[in-house]
Amino acid sequence: MAERERRTTPPYGGVFVARTQIMSADDVQRAVKRMAHEILERNSGTENLVVIGLQTGGAPLAEQIAEAIGAIEGSPPPLGTIDVALYRDDIGLRPVLPEAKTHIPVDLTATHVVLVDDVLFTGRTIRAALDAVHDFGRPRSVQLAVMVDRGHRELPIRPDYVGKNIPTRRDEIVDVQDDGVQLGELAPKGLA
Amino acid sequence: MQHLLGIEDLSTQDLEALLRLTDTMAEISERPIPRVPALRGKTIAWLFYEDSTRTRLSFEAAAKRLSADTMNFSVSSSSVKKGESLRDTVQTMSAIGVDSIVVRHASSGVPVRIANWTDAAIVNAGDGWHEHPTQALLDAYTFGVHRGSMSGSRIAIVGDIKHSRVARSDVLAFTKLGAEVVLVAPPTLLPPYLDAWPVQVSHDLDAVLPTVDAVYLLRMQNERMDEALLPSLREYASRFGLTPRRLELLKENALIMHPGPMNRGVEICSEAADHPNSVITNQVKNGVSVRMAVLFQLLGSGPVQHQSAPQQEVA
Repeated sequence: MAERERRTTPPYGGVFVARTQIMSADDVQRAVKRMAHEILERNSGTENLVVIGLQTGGAPLAEQIAEAIGAIEGSPPPLGTIDVALYRDDIGLRPVLPEAKTHIPVDLTATHVVLVDDVLFTGRTIRAALDAVHDFGRPRSVQLAVMVDRGHRELPIRPDYVGKNIPTRRDEIVDVQDDGVQLGELAPKGLA
Repeated sequence: MQHLLGIEDLSTQDLEALLRLTDTMAEISERPIPRVPALRGKTIAWLFYEDSTRTRLSFEAAAKRLSADTMNFSVSSSSVKKGESLRDTVQTMSAIGVDSIVVRHASSGVPVRIANWTDAAIVNAGDGWHEHPTQALLDAYTFGVHRGSMSGSRIAIVGDIKHSRVARSDVLAFTKLGAEVVLVAPPTLLPPYLDAWPVQVSHDLDAVLPTVDAVYLLRMQNERMDEALLPSLREYASRFGLTPRRLELLKENALIMHPGPMNRGVEICSEAADHPNSVITNQVKNGVSVRMAVLFQLLGSGPVQHQSAPQQEVA
């Protein structure tokens, strides 16, 4: 049962309780650098490259990847953020976060868009992101970079760049932060 | 939130949450393709028993930017002319299948009555003298865009308060958001029992204007007056209109606001309407974003966040 189906009534999420550390902060940074190199290799440089982070989990990661690309190539690619809350197919189940802003600094037509998210799970967020991105122009290609691929895809979506593949149970939660990646579960608010 | 019947039903947190949601909606309107599929498959019906330009078009734009389908009920070309009752009209719409009805009516209380006859989400677009909640929301939002939080501000509402649903909704919204409100009108245009209202009252516009952060002018509503409440429009304009002379009395960055349509030369002079401090056209623009937020809140979303702490995001 997917997280979103379990939580059909508020409070959403609840409290994340970590059980295992999957990646340390250093592991995350090395993965960011490796993915930046892979993105540059695949796209032969930064020409027409645009990095877009999915709010809210992918935005800090996108910033780090863009910065890493900048450190390698000399100048960073254009960086944007996109909030896909209004494009989701499970729209009634997740509130719209006011801090999740969409900011796309360039026309996306004929660009190579690299979407960045923290965790790839069912793939529905990415499907929504593909719709959202096409409202800003017609990209030449859309690629996907994720820190963690945890399996359980419900749609034919696959990542191009992955930090780490982690097999998980459906009811587990993967939490990506600056200090590392944790595997755990969701306790209802009020219990720990 | 199941219906939007009035500001009286909303708490301060509800108001603030709707205003934050409006920011998200405002960004959509700036995009190359100003549309999201959020309300795809939902049908919204307009039930306007009273004339309206800006409110109805504003709602229509809002619905379309959220990809909702719209259905218009125009009284002049309907069975209402054959004597069909409000209840039958609403139940007909309900039978056809609408997710929301946006209603404007000359009688106060119609929205809450309709809510009992259908499962659709009801939005009050103005009922009699009672409330016009989306107007108050867009007024509060516009003030927020230009001057930040309303808390601690002082706002004057000037004009025919007695017959104004806009004034009633504004008083509720502005005070719930922490503003101080002063009503300025001749005694004949004030409601009879003001003790319970959280407002100050004045009959002297000249004295009030230098003290306020925004002056909100109400239209002199001829169609609502069935008694001789003023000697003449000219006398009203000279005593209570925002004339060029009175413009000088305002604080340097005080906002000039009006719900529209304006009677230039009566409650507001053209110099004021076209003044740099006038946010009247912004009010209209923000009306679309505010109504997008309301429609999304009723038909599309999960419960609105009250705290700013982000929830655990799971993909």
